[in-house]
Amino acid sequence: MLHRIIALTIKEILSLLKDKKSRFTIVVPPIVQLLVFGYAATYDLNDVPFAVYDEDRSVASRDLAAGFTGSPHFTLTHRITHQAEIADLIDRKAVLLAIHIGPDFSRDLLTGGGAQLQVIVDGRNSNTAMIALNYVREIVNRFNQAWLVKTGGREPPARLNIRAWYNANLESRWYIVPGIAGLLTLVVAMLVTALSVAREREQGTFDQLLVTPLRPVEILVGKALPGFMIGMAEATLIILIAVFWFEVPLRGSLAALYIGLFLFLMSGIGVGLMISSLSVTQQQGLLGAFLFLVPAVILSGFTTPIANMPAIVQKLTLLNPMRYFMVVLRGVFLEKAPWSLMISQYWPMALIGLATLTAAAWLFRHRIN
Amino acid sequence: MKQQSAPGGFRRLRGLIRKEFYQIVRDPSAIAIAFLMPVGLLILFGYGVSLDAKHVPIAIVVETPDAATADLTRSFERTEYFEPVRMADMSAAVDALTYHRVDAIVHLRGNFARRLHEEKGAPIGVVINGVDANTARLISGYMEGVWLNWLGDRARSEGTQLLTPVDLRQRIWFNAEVRSRNFLVPGLIAVIMTLIGALLTAMVMAREWERGTMEALLVTPATMGEIILGKLIPYFILGMGGMALSVAMALWVFDVPLRGSLWMLTGTSALFLLAALGMGLLISIVAKNQFIAGQIAIVVTFLPAFLLSGFLFDIGSMPVVVQYITHIVAARYFVAILQSVFLAGDIGSVILPNAAALVLLAAVFLGLSRKKARKRLE
Repeated sequence: MLHRIIALTIKEILSLLKDKKSRFTIVVPPIVQLLVFGYAATYDLNDVPFAVYDEDRSVASRDLAAGFTGSPHFTLTHRITHQAEIADLIDRKAVLLAIHIGPDFSRDLLTGGGAQLQVIVDGRNSNTAMIALNYVREIVNRFNQAWLVKTGGREPPARLNIRAWYNANLESRWYIVPGIAGLLTLVVAMLVTALSVAREREQGTFDQLLVTPLRPVEILVGKALPGFMIGMAEATLIILIAVFWFEVPLRGSLAALYIGLFLFLMSGIGVGLMISSLSVTQQQGLLGAFLFLVPAVILSGFTTPIANMPAIVQKLTLLNPMRYFMVVLRGVFLEKAPWSLMISQYWPMALIGLATLTAAAWLFRHRIN
Repeated sequence: MKQQSAPGGFRRLRGLIRKEFYQIVRDPSAIAIAFLMPVGLLILFGYGVSLDAKHVPIAIVVETPDAATADLTRSFERTEYFEPVRMADMSAAVDALTYHRVDAIVHLRGNFARRLHEEKGAPIGVVINGVDANTARLISGYMEGVWLNWLGDRARSEGTQLLTPVDLRQRIWFNAEVRSRNFLVPGLIAVIMTLIGALLTAMVMAREWERGTMEALLVTPATMGEIILGKLIPYFILGMGGMALSVAMALWVFDVPLRGSLWMLTGTSALFLLAALGMGLLISIVAKNQFIAGQIAIVVTFLPAFLLSGFLFDIGSMPVVVQYITHIVAARYFVAILQSVFLAGDIGSVILPNAAALVLLAAVFLGLSRKKARKRLE
């Protein structure tokens, strides 16, 4: 039995890697994409272009504007002198936001506060707008604090002392890069499995495989093993890049990470093989791969938190193996999460893996053409 | 002679298109791609994806409860942004944070009430789980809001006014009520249409080569240009149908406003679809077989369109090298166009350069397809 499985595994690996284009597609793009996406996917804003419309032109207004020009988040691109220019600049996306300091700014400021600062921001991408407004609020708060100290005003009776654990500087890259590692691992699992049975069915070689002494379980193992080997190897490379290139801290145990990786690959490969053995043509296999991959990524909590989703969609995410692996990845990388939290992620992935692998093996023989 | 060949070419083209339509009807996966996928994915994501955090679970630890702390705690309970749970001590709260039961802790020490009257003021200790930096920032923004409201209420009850030197007035244009769905749905349409475009055509040329039917087509009088057009036109029609369905859903299911014109939307969608289909065709021609075409399609379509199109992540904030790379992602231009046409209107200075880029990309993809396909004849 063992040597039959080994022979089949070798044949599967050869059929994946002997072709130059296929070898290239499996190995190179995931690594390149990690580097590109790792830099691209961040919610932090840098050098956001903004315009200043300062009608007051006082020391105080220049002080306030200096808070913006001095921030790494903003770059002053336009000084304007008319209200109408704001609409034009924002419409054509020349600036993301405009700050407008009215003519009475310094007078109001000196006579007891309530000096108005108007900020107009392009809300076409409302998330970017909200992040930019958060930066604006920080700058204004800092200005207010400094002004109160300077003029001897009383400080508020209580102050907020906010600290962030696990990611003290709130770098979104620390959150996103481990997530991308999970994403690309799933992509590799799909690349290896989703079309493999479909191709053999379309070419008729799968029927030949079925009439050999190989039992469905052996075929299953032979089809799944290359995915495991390639997936493990690439995931290891991706984790190394995350740690040594992107310098994301790895605080938890490698054992916790690799148990999670193993179970995640098992569920990903299970889903891939199930899709593949359901399909009659490779076109259907490809469609199936996308119909799984896209929701799996978007509903995993990778970029948008699961907690923000409506209750019914949250229930649906329980079927998504990626959801659990995201918690494992971030738990191991950043939080040094306790084992009990890990275990409650492990068993759903194991369950999904077993169910889909069983279904795939059953479908090998029972798929009706 | 030339005059005669034109109607002949048209007749041949019609024949090729009819053949492709028969194939589409026989394997309904292409119809599923064009119509089922946009409906299913848009419903799932339109409802599922949101960046608006509400009812964030937080723990509140009060060491010595009294009137002052009760007042502040009530402020946290009143807002819809938080779902506070009182906890007896910090160790219970830290436990809840570790196990993801709460996202933040508010900690009021025993001397809170007394220190309110000191010159430096009393500290309100806040610990946030910072793993998800974006959400953590949102939470700290909400915290500040609660804090400022509480300060204002307190000042009013003491008969004074809260002194804020500069009062920030913010106005968010195009999406005043900050519905993240308004920008996510147009962005999702661009991502979904990228998939549809590539999925429809990635397999079709490779399939003909793989099955040997391409040789049969090549010995007919049909030219390579006609063969490619014969592939392109049916899938273009299918794709535009899928696009129309997506737009209808955006408008009537998700209530996204359409402030630009329908013809602008249609025209730019057609351009984008040509680029997306062209990319699929090129994949199909380069790959030679369906297996590799499928692999390439998985790798180059979804994730780049999702992460490099500016749909979620601001392109201007990416490193310059990555910004250059985003220029070869067609979805990037379509996201910019869709967000403007839906939310702002027909703004020529945004739409024209992006539409021109789409024309260029479509020309490159289709031109390369034509060239690569012709080479294989020799």
